[in-house]
Amino acid sequence: MAFISSGYNPDKPMENRISDIGPQHFTEFLQPVIKDNFGKWKYHEILEPGLLKHVAESGDAVYTVRCGTARLMSVTLIREICDIADEWCEGYLRFTTRNNIEFMLTDEGKAKDLKKFLNGQKFAGGSYKFPVGGTGAGVSNIVHTQGWVHCHTPATDASGTVKATMDAVFDQFTDMKLPAPVRIAMACCLNMCGAVHCSDIAILGIHRKPPIIDHEYLDNLCEIPLAVAACPTGAIRPSKVEVDGKDYKTVAIKEERCMFCGNCYTMCPSLPLSDKEGDGIALMVGGKISNRISKPAFSKVVVPFLPNNTPRWPEMTDVIKKILKAYSEGANKYERLGDWATRIGWERFFEVCDLPFTEHLIDDFRDPAYYTWRQTTQFKW
Amino acid sequence: MAKHKTPLLDQLESGPWPSFVSDVKQEAEARAKNEKGLDYQIPADCPADLLGVLELSYTDGETHWKHGGIVGVFGYGGGVIGRYCDQPEMFPGVAHFHTVRVAQPAGKFYTTKFLRDLCDLWDLRGSGLTNMHGSTGDIVLLGTQTPQLEEIFFELTHNMNNDLGGSGSNLRTPAACMGMSRCEYACYDSQELCYNLTQEYQDELHRPAFPYKFKFKFDACPNGCVAAIARSDLSFIGTWRDNIKIDQEAVAAYVGGEIAPNAGAHAGRDWGKFDIVKEVVDLCPSGCFKYEGGKVAIDNKECVRCMHCINTMPQALHIGDERGCSILCGAKAPILDGPQMGSLLVPFIEVNKDDDFQAIKDVVEGVWDWWMEEGKNRERIGETMKRLGFAALVKAVGIDFDPRQVQEPRHNPYIFWKADEVDGDWDRDINEYRKRHQR
Repeated sequence: MAFISSGYNPDKPMENRISDIGPQHFTEFLQPVIKDNFGKWKYHEILEPGLLKHVAESGDAVYTVRCGTARLMSVTLIREICDIADEWCEGYLRFTTRNNIEFMLTDEGKAKDLKKFLNGQKFAGGSYKFPVGGTGAGVSNIVHTQGWVHCHTPATDASGTVKATMDAVFDQFTDMKLPAPVRIAMACCLNMCGAVHCSDIAILGIHRKPPIIDHEYLDNLCEIPLAVAACPTGAIRPSKVEVDGKDYKTVAIKEERCMFCGNCYTMCPSLPLSDKEGDGIALMVGGKISNRISKPAFSKVVVPFLPNNTPRWPEMTDVIKKILKAYSEGANKYERLGDWATRIGWERFFEVCDLPFTEHLIDDFRDPAYYTWRQTTQFKW
Repeated sequence: MAKHKTPLLDQLESGPWPSFVSDVKQEAEARAKNEKGLDYQIPADCPADLLGVLELSYTDGETHWKHGGIVGVFGYGGGVIGRYCDQPEMFPGVAHFHTVRVAQPAGKFYTTKFLRDLCDLWDLRGSGLTNMHGSTGDIVLLGTQTPQLEEIFFELTHNMNNDLGGSGSNLRTPAACMGMSRCEYACYDSQELCYNLTQEYQDELHRPAFPYKFKFKFDACPNGCVAAIARSDLSFIGTWRDNIKIDQEAVAAYVGGEIAPNAGAHAGRDWGKFDIVKEVVDLCPSGCFKYEGGKVAIDNKECVRCMHCINTMPQALHIGDERGCSILCGAKAPILDGPQMGSLLVPFIEVNKDDDFQAIKDVVEGVWDWWMEEGKNRERIGETMKRLGFAALVKAVGIDFDPRQVQEPRHNPYIFWKADEVDGDWDRDINEYRKRHQR
């Protein structure tokens, strides 16, 4: 490999340097029909799953074909997406917050043709490249994190759990037969880059074993006061140990206080906590972000632990399917999963979803825990 | 012939959902073939090695990525996340595999020209693998080596007129919904405000000076498509102050079954004929929506702008005209002190491009001044608010106190009165007191 210079001169880093320019203005990327009707949209319709029609005051209409992606994508795939956008959409496209792609056209017939075309594209392994759907009262694409693909703190994989889940609920992505949208999110550790704390269904990687202390290296790799300060429960204190007759400055951990958040490991690489048996998945449900009808709500833990049974996490997908089925059968039109569970009562939720209620599901973390206990004699048998 | 055997990952190629394994394999093959004859600037087989190390994780149930080291580009304290593999001998192609965050355009609209240029850059100087997009909104370029960072930055800024995104204890790359570009619910231009604040606060974005990370998100209406209320330290959520506009003819069309409710979102199941009383009147959270004598009447003063009626009958009902946004503060994921939603700081503020959004910037800077003064190391502003009280923030930013800022008033009378709030002085003479009260 011969190093190819971009023009950057390492001896004079400031020469011709351009910095602090931010992204380009978004209007550089707007398709003519979008630009012409900016701020003047009148209404929209979902013509069929994955196909939206937006009508502007001018009478213009734009047809959007939405398709799912794996989020982790190669430049080969992005170039293929560009080929499609060049051929069908004047060289424009859009990504959604939930990792879907939107192709926009001004002709309804062509939009339907494009939907058919996209549904015909498959990877060599057999899966769809661009499955059309993700609209209305169904399951849209999963927002997720890096997992074992690219992160140092995960307790599970993200791309694999997402693939397994979307395979299991695929018919809900391509149809709109649920009572309301179901938003699934995945975060591979408690740090929640994916912020799954307000999702209808949240898949969360968790650790269950306290950190291993790498005594002989800790003081060289970490600032001990930072590691101590990182612990939200005050379980870590400075300490000294003798290993093979040599004294080391290190930390000691009160293991019964550990909540397995991994915050110490983020501050100190000598405190790893990943473990094949210890790590796995918790499932949370009933969160939402929209202000529609009810207030935004946090997700609640309903399954404290499921094993990392790679490559397809069957225990996890079974529970998700069970919850979705009970919700689909029991909820009213427009009722989000959490609103349904609240209406029927959480005691009923565990019954209809056939999930065990265990001690781990009663909150014991600080003040907010109290507000989740039942302070009334109103409950259901 | 694949470089590593991946029997577990291979099982993720079947099933309908797009397989990331198939895609990474396709990239591994494309780089092995190298039809364009590129002189790959990092190991050509890095996608193959990525599959190898991932297969190892699928086998042993543990990650094989180490902590990021300090890597980046000159003058910036963020935008690149160092990443090293903990089995570099087995997987040399990904031994060094740093992430580059690239600022995305507001609303994530793209031209193919821009994406193709990015692909060319990343093909040559990186792994050819990306995330479209990261959770915060950036374009994430997944895996390159340190000597390429300045080159990538140079080409990105010089050839693509685009910057890196944020990481570390700084302003993270702000994100907006599609807003006015293609949505009739947009109460303000979320993309323009996102772009403007991103440009205004480039220094805060690239050079960490905060106690911890800080996120802006811009939702143009209370439906919240970019999750501002849950995921951003400052959430800007569109709203209005006047009346929902009603088209009674379109109402009749919904009631008569000529237009599908909720824009057709429930078309996959037979829910029966649209029942405006059951589906809208009875679900209105403030009971302000009436349907009488074939006409809709809304008591707008009582409306809480939840969007339900508008979402259900988008052709009949439209957001009001006196538009702006609400600002909420302090949302974050559970680490460390439990999850937090944004709390309503400013019920209504004008989103005024003509004065360069000055009123909003005043709030932003007031919030930052308080947090940078009071916040502890690695403390999100939501946690500072919990520690010092919401009223302290409201006061510091100079916003009027308003009952809209609380769900309900406090449950306890332990008010921390200040001396200057009480008539007379706190310093009193015990002897004077004793003249009135015997010991």
